[in-house]
Parts: sequence; structure tokens; C-alpha cells
Amino acid sequence: MPDAAVPPAGDALLEVRDLTVSFRTRRGLVTAVDGLSFSLGRRDVLGIVGESGSGKSVSMMSLLKLIRDPNARIEGEARFEGRDLIAMRDKEIRALRGREIAMIFQDPMTAMTPVYTVGWQIAEQIRTHESVGRRAAHERAIQLLDEVGIPDPGRRVNDYPHEFSGGMRQRAVIAMALANNPSLLIADEPTTALDVTTQAQILALMRRLRVDHGSSIILITHDMGVVFDIADNVLVMYAGRAAEQGPKHDVFHRPRHPYTWGLLSSVPRPRAERVSRLPTIPGSPPSPLSIAPGCPFAPRCRLRHDKCDERPELAGGIVHVDACWLPRDRRQELRRSLIEKAVSEGDPGDLSEPTDSLSGSDSAR
Amino acid sequence: MLTFIGRRTAAAVLVLFTISVLVFLIFFATPGVDPAARIAGRNADPATLAQVRHEFGLDRPIPIRYGLMMQHLFIARDLSSFVNRGDLVIPQILHAAPVTLSLVIGAAIIWMVLAFLMGTASAAKRGTAFDPVIMLVGVVGVSIPAYWLGEVVNLFTQSRWHSGIFSWVPPLGYVPLSTNPAQWALHLLFPWLTLAALYAGIYARVLRGEILEALNEDYVRTARAKGLTERRIMVRHALRCSLIPVVSLFGLDFGALVGGSALLTEVVFGLPGVGKLTIDSLQNLDLPVIMGCVMYAAFFVVLANAVVDVLYAALDPRARRA
Amino acid sequence: MASAGPWRTALVTLRRDRVAMVSLGIFLLIVLACVLAPVYEHSIAHTDAFTSNISGTTVVDDKEVPVLASSDTGLGLGVTPIGPTWDVHHYFLGADGQGRDVMARLLYGGRSSLLIGITSAVIACGVATLLGVVAGYFGGVLDAVLSRIFDVIWAFPVYLLAISLSVVLLTSGLQLGPVHIEGNSLWLPILIIAVIYVPYVARPLRGQVLSLRRREFIVAGIGLGASDLRILIRDVLPNVMPTVLVFLPLMTALNMLTESALSFLSIGVQPPNASWGTIINDGLGLLYTRPMVTVAPGLMIALTAVVLNLLGDGVRSALDPKARLRGAA
Repeated sequence: MPDAAVPPAGDALLEVRDLTVSFRTRRGLVTAVDGLSFSLGRRDVLGIVGESGSGKSVSMMSLLKLIRDPNARIEGEARFEGRDLIAMRDKEIRALRGREIAMIFQDPMTAMTPVYTVGWQIAEQIRTHESVGRRAAHERAIQLLDEVGIPDPGRRVNDYPHEFSGGMRQRAVIAMALANNPSLLIADEPTTALDVTTQAQILALMRRLRVDHGSSIILITHDMGVVFDIADNVLVMYAGRAAEQGPKHDVFHRPRHPYTWGLLSSVPRPRAERVSRLPTIPGSPPSPLSIAPGCPFAPRCRLRHDKCDERPELAGGIVHVDACWLPRDRRQELRRSLIEKAVSEGDPGDLSEPTDSLSGSDSAR
Repeated sequence: MLTFIGRRTAAAVLVLFTISVLVFLIFFATPGVDPAARIAGRNADPATLAQVRHEFGLDRPIPIRYGLMMQHLFIARDLSSFVNRGDLVIPQILHAAPVTLSLVIGAAIIWMVLAFLMGTASAAKRGTAFDPVIMLVGVVGVSIPAYWLGEVVNLFTQSRWHSGIFSWVPPLGYVPLSTNPAQWALHLLFPWLTLAALYAGIYARVLRGEILEALNEDYVRTARAKGLTERRIMVRHALRCSLIPVVSLFGLDFGALVGGSALLTEVVFGLPGVGKLTIDSLQNLDLPVIMGCVMYAAFFVVLANAVVDVLYAALDPRARRA
Repeated sequence: MASAGPWRTALVTLRRDRVAMVSLGIFLLIVLACVLAPVYEHSIAHTDAFTSNISGTTVVDDKEVPVLASSDTGLGLGVTPIGPTWDVHHYFLGADGQGRDVMARLLYGGRSSLLIGITSAVIACGVATLLGVVAGYFGGVLDAVLSRIFDVIWAFPVYLLAISLSVVLLTSGLQLGPVHIEGNSLWLPILIIAVIYVPYVARPLRGQVLSLRRREFIVAGIGLGASDLRILIRDVLPNVMPTVLVFLPLMTALNMLTESALSFLSIGVQPPNASWGTIINDGLGLLYTRPMVTVAPGLMIALTAVVLNLLGDGVRSALDPKARLRGAA
């Protein structure tokens, strides 16, 4: 599967080239997504990782024209089954939404209209794109709820969203998203608002859906652990740009970008021997108004040097690429030295250890 | 839903009881005031006073007095005016109630229709010149004294332009619906418009704010991601959820209007409703009538509030458990 | 913890709000004009706003004319007062049915209306703050009792409550302990209006305090053993003050409207005092012949209420609490 990162065009379900999203504001043009490119094969799962504000949600919402801000400008190309989403008219893209491309959002508590039953909302989804009778749509809603693991779906279908727990609501939202058998499901932080147990159940559900429905999935998250669990390919975003992207195994075993190193050490590992404070990357992501003209990560990078004032391009391989000026052959060495330094200073807060324990459980999928 | 209605009714009865106690206390237990003199009216002779004292048990403890009063009001319904002796209070009120209801319900329909048109239009066209206009109309509406606006309307429709464009306007007064529906509507037209003018703007403004807030909600994003048309998102999702706070505001205002705020409009347009009855009895301090009017008005307010609450629960499934 | 920061920011925001500033300016002009009523009465119009002038004369276009002319319509029994002369020295807005200068009465009426509106708003907000904060902070039986009372007053139609209270109190006055308030005192409408609107402010404040009480800094204060009074004054009050400040102009507008309605029904301000409401009432009989007697005070009420509401909106957006008054009739 590692060969799926940049498959030949035409084979891909979704092919995004140079996607740029910018907003006109009073303080000038703000670029939220800057030249993003990736491709997604059929039945593939792409994990997009980054801190909040890194442009991961905005890029996905821009694909479906869900950004309503009249000051937004979307450029680039996004070929979905050969048709460019960006160039589509509202009516065309509306016919795709929910039918070909479904999207679910972070907070299941507020994702459904509070005044209609769950079944009504699923039926609405079905009847928007297919000419199905009310009764039939209702029956399908029950089936879908059953499929996503809602107990007693025949009764719960008539419940209102507030009568569902958080996990059940997310299941219902997923059921709604799957109602028209979309070929692509975009899930924006689907597990962030849920507790750990529910999180695992939802991820298991998504894994199963991919097999049963044959859908491709784009999973947006800030949690490397979730990506590791489910993705085939990883796209690491920082300040609206791709910092590193490639097949999961490459990115997790041989991460190349210092930002990815930071993200990987931010994964809490219950099996770690010592209980350490959750490691973090020092500093905070830049405001979109003040992104450095060179490498955007440079202000937070411990290995920055003069070259970083220039903008690094994505390079370094066919499937595994990164945007960093550090010499590629010395990356692992540099990473190890950073860790040793952090440990000797008694600061486990940064880059505490390599990711062996994570990759050890790889076969789980 | 049925248990909800049951619980709501019980609560309404409780509020009604408390209001009746409050009214009773205001009229009968204000320190330093002889209630008998009040009920009997000004300059009543000692014999009348003694009779009143006995009839209302004013020489007995307060709870018994309260009981007697309620008995006169609701059970025997024999409370009679002390100014026009022998005029029973309750039938007068029952006779006047349809007038008040005609006025308020008609006005409410007009202002809600206007508010929906203006509110949704300005929410859809937010950021245009429509916004400040709606806002100003709303502010002016809540700032104009209702009775004064009525007088000014009369000035133009009954006097200044009556020989011109308003020659079709009938003289002030009321024609029952059962007598002549066309005349009924014609007589009520300007009272309706006057009352509606005061509320339409503020409701449009509230509705606009609620719709804009709803359009920012996550569920609207979900609805868009489902591929619904903008029109369906606006009507079935955003507007539907915005109805909830608007309906609860409407309940308060409708209740307040039926229960007394409309009395000024009734007076100005010469409509013989409960409000007019209250005011007429105020002019000569006819306490039994005033008290009866207040109690019945309170009854309507509580009833309106209860109906609104049930409606609210029908609109918002989350409220049914409360 | 009230630092100067948020207040100063709010003040700066408010200053930049052109609508709010213009509204404040107009409101202050109205107040100033009404305060100067005696100056206008004695030095400009040379009249007496409170004495009838049935057989007096005045000057229009250098000609002497009677203030009250016998009516030339109908049976000729009534009188028609002089209309607006648009001359500030001689019955600028005309005379009322008793030959009194409408302009001078308008200014005096504004004094009562503004005084009642502002004072009752201050009292209502003050009492409501006290009760709302106490109910929300201490909870328990106290809260239960106060909340029940708020609920009942809330469910009571305001005009009927005001009418009931007025009817009872106007004839005999009010005995509050050693203090006796006469039936024609301005304090009666002030107190009545203040009482009926207390729940409007107290209920939202109570809710606010209730949620404040669960916030860390209050809980910490209690844990550190600070006295209730200290916490109330240092932590709770500064946090509810923005809401109270937003309510103040809105309540003033609402109270003025209520006062005018009660006075219009002749159960508000009593003679010899005048208010905008009583002047409208005076003008009713003259509506079709001399509409200015009715129109002018109504316009003044509407103008004052509009600027107060706009000012309140400005204060709200500067301080940004979610305070909202329900629409008034």
C-alpha cells in the first residue's frame, strides 16, 4: 500500500493540485491554505494532521464550497473523478455534496438540527439525492442506524438528537453521511469530542465502513495516534502548507520534518514506562496574519539556520516528501541528538523518544 | 406530551391562585385603607357600608375574606357594580372579552406575518441597507406610546384626511363578527395596523438576529454538506429553530396584550373590550368591576402563557422534559 | 476582579459608536431643555404654565388676539384655544383647553416624565440588583421565595398591576412606616413603576449570579475563607454591573412609556403636576381642532425613548452582555 501516495493521475479518486485558500481582511490578504497538493486513491484513507489553525479544515471545506465567507478566494484544481470541484457551479457541487462526497464534523453534539428526529434527518439526506418514498427512506434510516451499531434502531430512529449520547450521535451522523453510499467521506476531527472508549469504537466503525462500502476517507485530526490507527497515507500540515507527506509507514518510521518529530512525540502512550508530562512543541502555531516568509516552522524549530529564511519546497522522493532545508541524509542523526539533548537537560517536554513503541503495534490494523 | 400539558396546566392554576391572592391583598389588605369604603364607592351611606362589610366578610379573618371574594367572583358570579347598582360584573366581562380577543389576535397575525417577511428578507440580505432600516423600525416601534399612535391615526383617518383618501373609514366603534364580518374587519383595520406597527419591527429584528445566529450553527453546516438547497436550509433548518425563541417572546407579548396592554388601544379606538371596561370603571373607581377585570385578565394571560408553553414544547423537543 | 481595562475598552468603543453618541447628545439636550423649563416660562414666554388663562390675550403678527376663542362650529358653546404661533415669546405651540402655554407645559411635563423614568429605573435596577444577587448567591429558601415572587409579578400583566396599585394608592396615599406619601406625589408613580419592573431585571441577574457562583474565582474566594460580603462586593458585583448598565437606559425608556400610559389614564401623575402623558390626555378633547397639544408630547416621548433605546443598544454592544428587555407596548 505504500505506493499509493502519488499514484498516476486518472487512477485517483481525488487529485488536488495547488489548492490555495485566501481571505481578504482589513489587514490585508490572509492565506489560510497555501499550495496544497495530494491525491487519494479509491478505498484509501488519508490522514491530514496538524495543530488547530493549520488550514486542514479550511482546505477540506473549500473543496465542497462550504466556505460561505464572501471574502474567501479559492484557487487551484481539485479533480474528483475527473471533474474539477473548484470550477463547479453551486448547483453542480450541491448535487455532489452528501451523494458523492459526504462530510462529517467535529462536534456531534451540535451537528444535527435539534428539532427533528434522527430518523427524519437521515431520511432527509436520502430523499435529497434519491427519489425514494417517505416510508422507504425511514426503513433505510433504521438499517443504517443498525449498521453503525445503534442498539434497538427501530425505536431510536424516532429519538431526537438530544436523547442520544455523544458517541451515539457521532454514529448517527456517520450513518447519515453514508446514506447515499458516497465514494468519499471527509471526517473532520470525528473523534476529538469523544471519550477514549467511544473514540476507539468510532474508529473501528470507520475502518469497517471502508471495507463494506468501499469509500475513500479523508480524516482530519490533530492526533497522530488516530492517524496511525487508520490511515494509509499521511499529510502533515503546518501554517497552511504541507510540511511532510507520504505513506504512513515512511512518515512514522522515518519522519523527516522537525515538526513531524514534535507531533510524534506528542502522542500520549499509556504503555510508556515513566509517566511524563504530555510532551509539547514549544511555542504556538503562527497567526495566519504573520506567517514567516521563509519556512513557516522556523520560529519554533530548534534546528533553524540561515537557509530557513527561504521557503523550502516539497522534495526528497517520489512518495515521501518534506519541506525542510536540513540535509536529508543526516535527519535521523539530528533527531537523535535533539532527543539526547532534551533528556540530558531533564526536559522531557520535547521530542522525548523515538516512535518505536508506536510502530511496534503496527500489525493491529 | 400529554403529561407535559397536564403539568403545565397545574402550574398555570398555581400561578392563577397566587395572582388572585396578590390582587386580593392589594385591594383588601393595603394598610390604612378601609376596603368597604372602596367597594361601596365614594360617599356611600353607612347602611351600604355595613352591608358591604357583611357581604364580603370584612369583619372576619383575611383567609375567610379571600374565600368569600373568590366565591363572589367565580362561583356565584354575583359581584355587582357599585356605581351602576345591579350591573353584574362577570357577564359584562364575558361580553367584552371577544372584542379584546378580536383586536389582539388580528393584530398579532398581521405583525407576525410582517415580521416573518422582513426578518427573513433582512437575514438573507444581511449587510445591506436593509439592516439599519429594520433596526430603526424596531426601535421606533418599541418607543412610541401605543395610545398616542392611535390618536394620531385617528387624527388622519377620522378628521384631517377623512374627506379624502380615508373617506371609507367607518367611525370609531365595534361591530361583532357574528353581525357583519366585513364591517367587523373594517372597524378593526386601523386598530390592528396600529398595534401591529408597534410590534412588527421588533419581531423582525429579533427574528433576523435568531436566523443569523442559527445560520452560524453547526447543524446548518451539516445541512449544507448534505447537499440541501439554500432555500431548504433557511426554511426547514434555520428558520424552524429560530421560531423557538420568537414564539416564547410572542407568548409574553400576546398574554400581556390580552391581559391589559391593549386596553389603551381599545380606549383610543372606542372598542368596548375588557380594557375599555377596566378604564371606564377606573374613572369612577368602581372597585368590584376593576377587580373582576383584573382577575379575568390575569386568567387570560396565564392561559396564553400556558398555550405558548405547550406550543413551545411542540416546537422544541428539548423542552418537553422540563 | 474589576480592572480599569475592560471598562476603559468599553468606554472607548462607546465613544466611537456614532449612533450612541448622537443619541446621548440628543438625550442630554432634552434633559437640559426640561431643566430650564422655568427659565423659558418666565423669561421667554412670560406665562404661567400651571394657571388657566381663560380670558387672556396674546400677540400674533402684532395683533392682539384672545388665547381662547369661542368656537364657531356646532352650538358655539365650546372654545378653541390658539394654535401654534411658532413664536417662542407668544404661545409657540399654542394653548391648551385652559389657555395655558403648551410649550411651557411640555418642558415642565418633560421634567416629571424624565424624573419618573430615570428615578424609577434607578430604583428598579438597584432593588433588582440587590435581590437578584442575593437570591443567586445565597440560593436556598431565600432564592426559592424571591424567585416565586418574581414569577408571580412577571406573570401579572404590568399595566393591570400598575393600575391596581395606582387605584388603591392614589386616593389615600401610601404609609411606609413613618413616611407618608401623598396621593398626588410624584413618588407614587415612581415607586409603582419601579416595583412592577423589578423582575424584568432581577431574573436575568439572578441567573447570571447563579452561573458566576460556579466559576473558579468565586469558588476560590469561598475556599480561602473570604466573607460573603467581600466576595459579593469584590467579585460578584463588578461582574453583573455591565448587565445593569445596559438595562438602565432601556428601563428608563420603558418606564417613561409606562408613566405616560398611566398618566394618560389619569392614574399616573396627578395635578398640579404635569407630565407628557397628562398633556396628551389634556389634548384629547382638542385632537381634531388643535392636534399639536396631543402630538407634541407624544413626539417628545417617542424621541426620548428612541434615543434611550439606541443608547442602550450602544452600551450593550460596548459591554456585550446578553441583556435583552422584552418588547414594550
